[in-house]
Amino acid sequence: MAVYRRTYTSYKGALTPAWSRFLVLFRYSRRSLFRSKLQTALFVLCFFYPLACLLIIYLSHSVILPESFGGGSFLKIDNDFFFYFMTVQGVLAFVLTAFTGPGLISPDLANGALPLYFCRPFSRAEYVVGKASVLAILLSQITWVPGLILFAVQASQAGAAWTWSHLWIAGSLLLSSWIWIAMLSLLAMALSAWVRWRIVAGALLLAVLFFGAGFAQAINAVMRTQSGHFLNLFYLVSTVWTSLFRIDSERAISSGAAWIALLAYCGACLALLVRKVQAYEVID
Amino acid sequence: MSTATQPAAVDGTTEQAVTASQTPVIELQGLSVRFGSREILKNLVCSLRGRAIGLLGPNGAGKSTLINTLLGFYKPCSGSARVLGYDIRTDTRKVRSLVGYMPENDALISKMSAVSFVQMMAELSGLPPAAALERAHEALFCVGLAEARYRELGTYSLGMKQLAKLAQAIAHGPKLLILDEPTNGLDPSARQRMIRMIRDIRDSKQLQIVLCSHLLRDVEDTCEEVLILNRGRIAHYSNLEEERKANKRFLELETYGANGDFTEAIEKLGCECAVTANRLKMILADGVEVRDIYRIAAERDVRIRRLNFRRDTLEDIFLKAMES
Repeated sequence: MAVYRRTYTSYKGALTPAWSRFLVLFRYSRRSLFRSKLQTALFVLCFFYPLACLLIIYLSHSVILPESFGGGSFLKIDNDFFFYFMTVQGVLAFVLTAFTGPGLISPDLANGALPLYFCRPFSRAEYVVGKASVLAILLSQITWVPGLILFAVQASQAGAAWTWSHLWIAGSLLLSSWIWIAMLSLLAMALSAWVRWRIVAGALLLAVLFFGAGFAQAINAVMRTQSGHFLNLFYLVSTVWTSLFRIDSERAISSGAAWIALLAYCGACLALLVRKVQAYEVID
Repeated sequence: MSTATQPAAVDGTTEQAVTASQTPVIELQGLSVRFGSREILKNLVCSLRGRAIGLLGPNGAGKSTLINTLLGFYKPCSGSARVLGYDIRTDTRKVRSLVGYMPENDALISKMSAVSFVQMMAELSGLPPAAALERAHEALFCVGLAEARYRELGTYSLGMKQLAKLAQAIAHGPKLLILDEPTNGLDPSARQRMIRMIRDIRDSKQLQIVLCSHLLRDVEDTCEEVLILNRGRIAHYSNLEEERKANKRFLELETYGANGDFTEAIEKLGCECAVTANRLKMILADGVEVRDIYRIAAERDVRIRRLNFRRDTLEDIFLKAMES
């Protein structure tokens, strides 16, 4: 390494393809995430339930154990099983996002580093994709990836007939995971871009989801309507999930309306990001 | 050395001859930038080709806005601009790949080490990870932060932060280095070090420099040509190299024993003279050298006590531009 050089020299070597530059941000951001022990511990914790589910699948196909649980109905592997899996992992994904998400963008904004990113051949869209990919991959590792592994294990044990009749569950796992990942990633990034302070952004994320739910209940109670549910992200997501996993459940709003509301929230978060993620903010 | 350098026009009014021998570093064609109802840059027209260009102007003159517009951060409301021959509207990515930018404000991520930060920035400019790491070490050595390169940027002093910003700007080997107030907040010795560094980079002849500052001394110490902005307009363009050469013709003499005969003899050579007390100011005519003045003085037994090349300092130029 020519560190002895004390004069400026130009660079004449090869360049990486432009499309791959967002991966630089992914690498650096991910590396900084796992410096926190708490973060790492939380991430490891997210794999306990999938391991428990794996054990349940194993037990459900065991010759002896199901009989000892009264015929095996307790260990039935069906859409309900995967819906509960997604619910638990969805909550864990939310907790992980509250810890991880705000730390992705807020340091860049707080330190005023965005001009240094954008004075390079690197666009705002690539920046957002690079940062979002950290959360997307992190949350994928605890939602649809273990979900599909569980589905594959169950399929290998239950045989082709079960697999073909339940193949839609794999699609539901993917769709339900992705809408939740997109919602959480965009919301976390938009809020941290807005407040620029990591801790406040984390608190704001919790507030938006929990106070949003409380506010929705209050609106429903006071105005005797069901429209308040549109302010409750948990309710919207669970409505979409119950429909995707074909769970019999009475919902106050249709799954189509819930889909539209979630996509609108994603759009609003994107608009907020577009406004805040720029080299210099122009005040007219 | 600098190539022939001159603005094609100032404020779209003063046409000047262009003897271009290479692509202009910066070419502005009626560039205007507006924030809401405020017009920040107003119909700027010029073509700059020097190796080190100074952007001067009082606070709020539009220097930083011009730089940010050239980098594609702000969209022009009319006109166009080219950086190293590439249009800032259509070839923004290409422009950015050729430019290294050192911003005025603090822009370093405090939790990162200097070497990691500079490496990441070089990678974002397209360098492969191994090359970026090597260049990061080299750049930090080059700016004099070798010993501190593994420290977190948050622990750096202001002077070190300025140097780290310079390191990230040169790490990827740009063709044009844009420095926005590089000596802001530096103590005199740190300022000297920064100026020396900029001169070294300039003299490496591997890249061109645009230095934006409100400190005349910084620009005078490092730049070959100067564009003075005032209230969003080009107030003056000056090629310091040419002026330095031209000013060799301005002489100020302090004499003993001079009389009208001495002045007359000098005027006969074609020089313009002005006498005040025992001082004589003159503009040397073409073909007349300083030794001719000494010869005339010796012939008339006039003693020359002091001889200065009196030229306009950048401060004089700046003040005139502000007054106009």
